[in-house]
Amino acid sequence: MTAVEERPAREVGSARKRREDAHLITGRTQWTDNITLPGMLHVSVLRSPVAHGRIASVDVSAARGLPGVVAALSGADLADDWGSLPTAWTVSEDLKTPPHLPLATDKVRFVGDGIAVVAATSREAAVDALEAIEFDIEPLPPVLDMTEAVADGAPLVHDDVPNNRCFTYTEHHGNYSATRERAEVIVTRRFINQRLIPSAMEPRSVVVQPTGADEYTMWTSTQVPHFVQIFMALVTGIPQQNIRVIAPDVGGGFGSKLEIYAEEAITLVLAKRLGVPIKWTETRSEACQVTIHGRDLIQHAEITATRDGTVLGLKVDLIANMGAYLQLLTPSIPLLGRYMYPGIYKFEAHDLSCTGIFTNMMSTDAYRGAGRPEATFVIERMMDELAAELGMDPLEVRRKNWINHDEFPYTTVAGLEYDSGNYEAATDRALELLGYDALRQEQAARRDRGDTVQLGIGISTYTEMCGLAPSRWLGETGYVAGGWEAATVRVLPLGKVEVVSGTSPHGQAHETTFAQIAADALGVPFEDVVVIHGDTRTAPIGLDTYGSRSLAVGGMAIVEASRKVVDKARTLAAHVLECDVSDVEFSDGKFSVRGSPDAAKTIQELAFASFTAHDLPGGESPVLTGEAIFDPEVFSYPHGTHLAVVEVDTETGEVKLAKYVAVDDVGKVINPMVVEGQVHGGVVQGVAQALFEEAVYDDDGNLVTGSFVDYLVPSPADLPSITTDRTETPATTNPLGVKGVGEAGTIASTPAAVNAVVDALRPYGVNDVRMPCSPMRVWEALNQARGGAQ
Amino acid sequence: MIPAQFEYVRAGSVDEAVSALSEDAKVLAGGQSLIPLMRLRLAYPEVLVDVSRVEEMRGVREEGDRLVIGAATTHDEVLRDPLVRTHCPVIAEVTATVADPAVRHRGTFGGSIAHADPAGDLPALALALDATMTIAGRGGRREVPAAEFFVDYLQTAVAPEEVLVSVSLPKLSEGWGHRYEKFNRSAQAWAMVGAVAVVQRSNGTIGSARIGLVNVGSTPVRAAAVEAALAGADATPEAVAAAAEAATEGLNPTTDIHASADYRAHLAHVLTRRAVVAAAGM
Amino acid sequence: MPRINVNVDGVQHEDDVEPRVLLVHYLRDRLGKTGTVVGCDTSNCGSCTVLMDGVSVKSCTVLAVQADGTEITTVQGLSADGGLHPVQQAFHDQHALQCGYCTPGMIMAAVDLLSNNPEPSDDEIRHGLEGNLCRCTGYENIVRAVRQAATAQAGSEQAEPAGSPEGVPA
Repeated sequence: MTAVEERPAREVGSARKRREDAHLITGRTQWTDNITLPGMLHVSVLRSPVAHGRIASVDVSAARGLPGVVAALSGADLADDWGSLPTAWTVSEDLKTPPHLPLATDKVRFVGDGIAVVAATSREAAVDALEAIEFDIEPLPPVLDMTEAVADGAPLVHDDVPNNRCFTYTEHHGNYSATRERAEVIVTRRFINQRLIPSAMEPRSVVVQPTGADEYTMWTSTQVPHFVQIFMALVTGIPQQNIRVIAPDVGGGFGSKLEIYAEEAITLVLAKRLGVPIKWTETRSEACQVTIHGRDLIQHAEITATRDGTVLGLKVDLIANMGAYLQLLTPSIPLLGRYMYPGIYKFEAHDLSCTGIFTNMMSTDAYRGAGRPEATFVIERMMDELAAELGMDPLEVRRKNWINHDEFPYTTVAGLEYDSGNYEAATDRALELLGYDALRQEQAARRDRGDTVQLGIGISTYTEMCGLAPSRWLGETGYVAGGWEAATVRVLPLGKVEVVSGTSPHGQAHETTFAQIAADALGVPFEDVVVIHGDTRTAPIGLDTYGSRSLAVGGMAIVEASRKVVDKARTLAAHVLECDVSDVEFSDGKFSVRGSPDAAKTIQELAFASFTAHDLPGGESPVLTGEAIFDPEVFSYPHGTHLAVVEVDTETGEVKLAKYVAVDDVGKVINPMVVEGQVHGGVVQGVAQALFEEAVYDDDGNLVTGSFVDYLVPSPADLPSITTDRTETPATTNPLGVKGVGEAGTIASTPAAVNAVVDALRPYGVNDVRMPCSPMRVWEALNQARGGAQ
Repeated sequence: MIPAQFEYVRAGSVDEAVSALSEDAKVLAGGQSLIPLMRLRLAYPEVLVDVSRVEEMRGVREEGDRLVIGAATTHDEVLRDPLVRTHCPVIAEVTATVADPAVRHRGTFGGSIAHADPAGDLPALALALDATMTIAGRGGRREVPAAEFFVDYLQTAVAPEEVLVSVSLPKLSEGWGHRYEKFNRSAQAWAMVGAVAVVQRSNGTIGSARIGLVNVGSTPVRAAAVEAALAGADATPEAVAAAAEAATEGLNPTTDIHASADYRAHLAHVLTRRAVVAAAGM
Repeated sequence: MPRINVNVDGVQHEDDVEPRVLLVHYLRDRLGKTGTVVGCDTSNCGSCTVLMDGVSVKSCTVLAVQADGTEITTVQGLSADGGLHPVQQAFHDQHALQCGYCTPGMIMAAVDLLSNNPEPSDDEIRHGLEGNLCRCTGYENIVRAVRQAATAQAGSEQAEPAGSPEGVPA
């Protein structure tokens, strides 16, 4: 098993074991919370226990005298030290972006809103001192229900945002109402895409060290060190170049660390005020409460079709819960899915409307898939509902409507051009792996004999858009930044290679996969390549990791930078080998003269020659180094077919995921082991939404699921083994042919699992079960269908 | 999170424990329920009296037709104990479902019972088995039957200055079947509802049945009406189903985010039936 | 302040600790054993799992004073000779970690599982690790890794030489 590994002919495509593991499996880790600096103070934040209220007073004086307490400050004390936390996406002209200070001064707007901070010599002293702070908050009625929030006369989360309406957005493609008139079948459903808590295993942590005159180093558990640097400068007024941001080991993010958080500003400002290192580390209870939440949409969907199963159009009306404030990308998340509602299907019209609504809850923002899972859920659920309405097999309806492999490139009704794909191949493979026909027979047998435990099979034939994103597209949609990515590749004097990437991984294996790409591009051993990332000083140019963009965008930058290095080496090789550049051939790390392979120089030899610079061709600069910034022109479109099998106990309502098959087409694959791992994790996160997880607030706005006791992240005992396979249709839009994989599993699996639950219960008259499909929800759905009391 | 400050006393004996206890003190055994509550600052004891090393409170011993389990015996020790496995295997079956392996290495039999969480697995077991609790206080020791032990939500007959020393349970092996139907939303979650049944079956009829219900009220509950209906009933699934109808009699289940009161009652009914059917070997 | 004597990864320590100090904070803050991490407040996630006198415990739900007189093994003390314990090796080989935050606890829970049940079924592995949460891997490769480690430990010691962490021949 651990025997000698064959050196792969090519690194790209080989299941190279991860370079990241060595320190993670031995505990030689560098989590932010591990950092201890001389004189470091610990910060604790006093948080509002009230969902909505006016701050009458915050008196920190009693905390100031306590042992170990160095500073106790209210929001008012710090109001001049900072500005509003940023929102980076102006999704519509009517978008309201009310101020969002790191600590509240006038009103509190959710349970967890910070109102004061303590800095003390120990974590214990800081926490103890919070209990000495006296405050008076005059409670206001909380706004917790999106549909009530927009009613006239409803309490206002922000006094100057009427009807709590953050933004409205509509989009029309084709003539939807014409399809409605022609339709022989119209199916409508209302889906609640429930609020989720991302629950990265590492709670957030920030350490700031003052290093000079208004100069700071910040370590933070983030996906986006470059964003943090820029926005900390904007929020605090500290010059950007004076803030070095380091993302050391980061224990998962899933979008929740694609963020600019109040605590980053608090820690930085206290380090500036007090002149000593400051640390803040989140507890899990805080993580549940004040790290962004995901999803939380209500989706009204209507699909029009003809009796033969041909889909004509889809109309979707969304209301999206923003929470109390807009975080970095909050309003854009429900809209990031706006192109994905048509899924893989050909139809002629699509209407979409979306209203963003403020409530007295934690802000929502990007959570794995960010808008695309929500959209995919609707179209994949609706395809099943349409099939049921028509009495057709859900697969048959899909086959009838999907884009055939010979129809690519295909422009969808939403206006995206899908470059490639083969939905037939992925589906056929998935059906084969599952044993679909046999399971349908088993299902029929259980139905016939009225088995207490019924079987359900759920299908999800998804696609998604990866590689956020073309900068021009981002600009047109109101985003403040671009979507390019940067890389530097340099061959060191001794022939080893450094790859600097502007992405910032937190579990995705960039150190391994990026080294594989560079090793092939340069013809050097994998072992000789090191990947540098996650530090604004050593990797100063970059836009970080989210949206399945690292490979599809960041990987391309490495390819391009490597090509520049090879070109530079080729020029030098021609000079050294005394031939024309056009006669130099490059293969497997060697530059040779066409026709005389013995006359050759290795890239390592050329690197040393370039370093010494004793004899360079005219006009050439020393050192084999190349920089590239890649801005994609289009998205990439992974797709796949996921099949879920559930057993539903019709007496208790218990749902057991019995089997799961995922066949994904993510284009060319750099490292199949890493890809498979991403799919496993993604599938389970999506299944967790379908069956287990939900953030619940009570009627007063308290988070009931404030710990892992009530917020049910599934454990290994709750899940079956997952069968995975791949089909491969290379992307035609980038030289590696890659598409991206970080979010695919999550996007696909939620509708697959729910479709399976509904499929099991269809004979009882059930046509939807609200997520998560908990035993009680299933029992209630059954009762309702049976006309029972519930 | 970090607990508020407290004083720590390690007791070497039951007497030492008792003399250290007071209104503001808490007994610490495995700490698997108490420490999280203190970390969340939902509990603020001023003194913790650690009984985990009190020799007398550890281990399982036989006393005639009963087993006596020291209150500070860990779950892991209980479920591996040969006396338990031989003479009252239902204890092992239920204990094996408590939390997870690491928690079972620290958490204790007596701790779970004294914490008296109605969602806990062991209080309902103790109730079903008519356990007797030995409680020590300044005035000496007293024995309290399980039926009088669980007073209200998280409240037992153990007074603040007292400590639960041991739990005595009947030997139930020969001729007795058992089944714990624990219904939870995820492996880590507390039981939404649970039904533990021990059933004595002879000659096609049910001789005797003892049934405890988990998380259907503010305390663990004994399904007395079902037990009465089962006594002498035919050992058939139909007869059991009929008897189990009474499982919801007198229940006052709570509503929380995972289960409404109605749904809990429904589960109590279904799980009681399933537990009895399985325990009777049908 | 109570004084405790505790052996951590083979080194004896004698320290005065405030009673409220959790074992995990004692390990991290006092001894610098930052390989063991905190993931929750409620003993659900298992990230902080260590061995205490040879059995797994959640070190965030044990007071340091309760560890007096015990022997603690953390992920940093699993392998004395600088190589890898078979479970560590298996986690690497099977890609059983992504972000790696749950990994120390998961590895320690797996070590404990295998010491009780050297040949677990997949189902027994899943239940044996039910007190440990991972958000990245979907557990699939963790189960595979424990299976590999079981096989490795069942075979002779020399059948499974500890490879270099990168799984690359020297």
